[in-house]
Amino acid sequence: MARPFPPLVEVRDLVKHYHSAGLFGRAAPPVRAVDGVSFNVGRGETLALVGESGCGKSSAGRTILRLQEPTSGTMLFDGADVFALDRNPLRQLRRRMQIIFQDPYSSLNPRMTIGAAIAEGIEIHRLAPRAEIPRRVAALLEEVGLDPTYARRYPHEFSGGQRQRIGIARALAVEPAFIVCDEPVSALDVSVQAQVLNLLSDLQEHRGLSYLFIAHDLAVVRQIAHRIAVMYLGRIVEEGPTDQILANPRHPYTVALLSAVPEPDPTARRDRIVLAGDLPSPSNPPPGCPFHTRCFHPLKNDRCRTEVPPLRPVAGTVAACHYAEATPTLAEVGAS
Amino acid sequence: MSRVLEVRDLRVSFPGPDHRRFYPVDGVTFSLERGKTMALVGESGSGKSLTSLALLQLVPSPGRVETGSVIRMGETDVLALRGEALRRIRGRRVGMIFQDPMTSLNPVFTVGDQIVEGILAHFKMPRAAARERALQLLQEVGIPDPSTRLKAYPHQLSGGMRQRVMIAIALSAEPEILVADEPTTALDVTVQAQILEVLDRLQESRGMAVLLITHDLGIVAGRADRVAVMYAGQIVEEAPTARLFANPSHPYTQGLFASVPRIKGPLRRLNPIGGSIPAPTAWPSGCRFRPRCPKAFDKSELEPPLLTVEPDHQMRCWLAEEPNKNRG
Repeated sequence: MARPFPPLVEVRDLVKHYHSAGLFGRAAPPVRAVDGVSFNVGRGETLALVGESGCGKSSAGRTILRLQEPTSGTMLFDGADVFALDRNPLRQLRRRMQIIFQDPYSSLNPRMTIGAAIAEGIEIHRLAPRAEIPRRVAALLEEVGLDPTYARRYPHEFSGGQRQRIGIARALAVEPAFIVCDEPVSALDVSVQAQVLNLLSDLQEHRGLSYLFIAHDLAVVRQIAHRIAVMYLGRIVEEGPTDQILANPRHPYTVALLSAVPEPDPTARRDRIVLAGDLPSPSNPPPGCPFHTRCFHPLKNDRCRTEVPPLRPVAGTVAACHYAEATPTLAEVGAS
Repeated sequence: MSRVLEVRDLRVSFPGPDHRRFYPVDGVTFSLERGKTMALVGESGSGKSLTSLALLQLVPSPGRVETGSVIRMGETDVLALRGEALRRIRGRRVGMIFQDPMTSLNPVFTVGDQIVEGILAHFKMPRAAARERALQLLQEVGIPDPSTRLKAYPHQLSGGMRQRVMIAIALSAEPEILVADEPTTALDVTVQAQILEVLDRLQESRGMAVLLITHDLGIVAGRADRVAVMYAGQIVEEAPTARLFANPSHPYTQGLFASVPRIKGPLRRLNPIGGSIPAPTAWPSGCRFRPRCPKAFDKSELEPPLLTVEPDHQMRCWLAEEPNKNRG
């Protein structure tokens, strides 16, 4: 299948382990937050990185921007090897790779007007003559749906949805090509969430932006993502085009995640798969398939407990399951 | 059917910046039947959580429940209770669970001690018997290896396990009403599915009435018998769940439905309501949704009462009188 989006971001074998010195210098086992993850994001494309708390999706997003140093792996941005860059070229490249967070309030300086916060990046990267900056800021505020006169106000004067718009304006100020969106709508009420999702879609269309959209809500992801990668315990367990992942998931974990999304329709059939137990600790992941401790696949056997399944193409997606061809559909699991 | 809770004209006020009081909950009326689930749905600032706190006189100071408000549980006039009598219905007749179990659990006591304390507060029994009962409760809420978990401290448990412990504590006094305020909002979806299953099972086996406070229409669809949608301190629409989902009629409810992303069905651009909910210090005059309403008309300048849309389905919108204008 031809790729409709030429790649802008290419991540290979990304590993991020967190080491903590145990009490009295005893080394604790590392937390394997990201444990060998590869993906591409095309120009103008949205890849959603989906999974539950602790699966490593946010660590992956921050590490590829080198907000924290990787343990190993490579990240190419427009051909440049981001992990090999020295401080100055990295700073130059940062202009083109931005991030927006779930809680923009914590990333805004409470004593800085939002106009100054948005202008900061323009000044640092000398993207406009000083006299022109107020006009740029006003245009950015307008672009994200805020009144340009708000530039003189302080972060505490805004609602959660407005702050997220401010966070987006600040990211856009340096004219990026790629934005990591780390749970950008998770803390917002549904009507505001919908406004911000529409805004992100419109900005992508107008500016040709690429997004890595990190989220846990598959219904939200469906609105914005071209492709979805599902993470579990630091690894991608399934990846594919959004409609394929939603209509014909091949990894049992994807099936379970989808079944857990509460559908706002009282007449809908509820074939909910309730996974047994808790997520294993990422400092002590199970051997073999990381999902085998909670898996409901009828073919699950000893092989799953010993042999790590590689990601391989299966009917429209790539999935890391030894028995992906025989993964039951939601209806089959629900009916049994 | 037996009514276990009746709330009428509930108003909660706080002192405002200019010494005038404002009303984050402003005339809320609903009732709850034994064994049934009623959902209060709304966004942040709609007054839904404050409504649930008022049920047990838990409105934080300097807020107060206004005179004229009525809260009855069976024959009990809750707002007339003080001291020991009030303490006895908290827990015993109404159990509560909240979004964040970590803030409700005491970090320096074991889970077992906290459940036992709850049991002994309401029942006279030897400590050993209470401990046995705590073990059964942990089993009932689906905690694996309950005898070990009894000795665990809250920080040693996952979020889902903590919420199960909270449910066990809420159930320890065998309440007839369970108030669940965003019980799964802080949890991952697969854990949410586990907790909802526990709640469904317990409600059925115990015949409890549940007041479910949530912003998530998906959770409502699966389990509530009735739904009340709140906006700006008032119930703006109320009906049996199937009826409300089949025929959402208040423009705010319609806007909420148009804002919810869905996992199934045709993919469409979301069509959210513009703007955001006003602050409770500045509820708009007339219809409170008027400044954001795409269907506002001249009559919206008057505050609408709850009007009938169809049998057993009301909304606080003048369009109920003119159904032709409310199409599409």
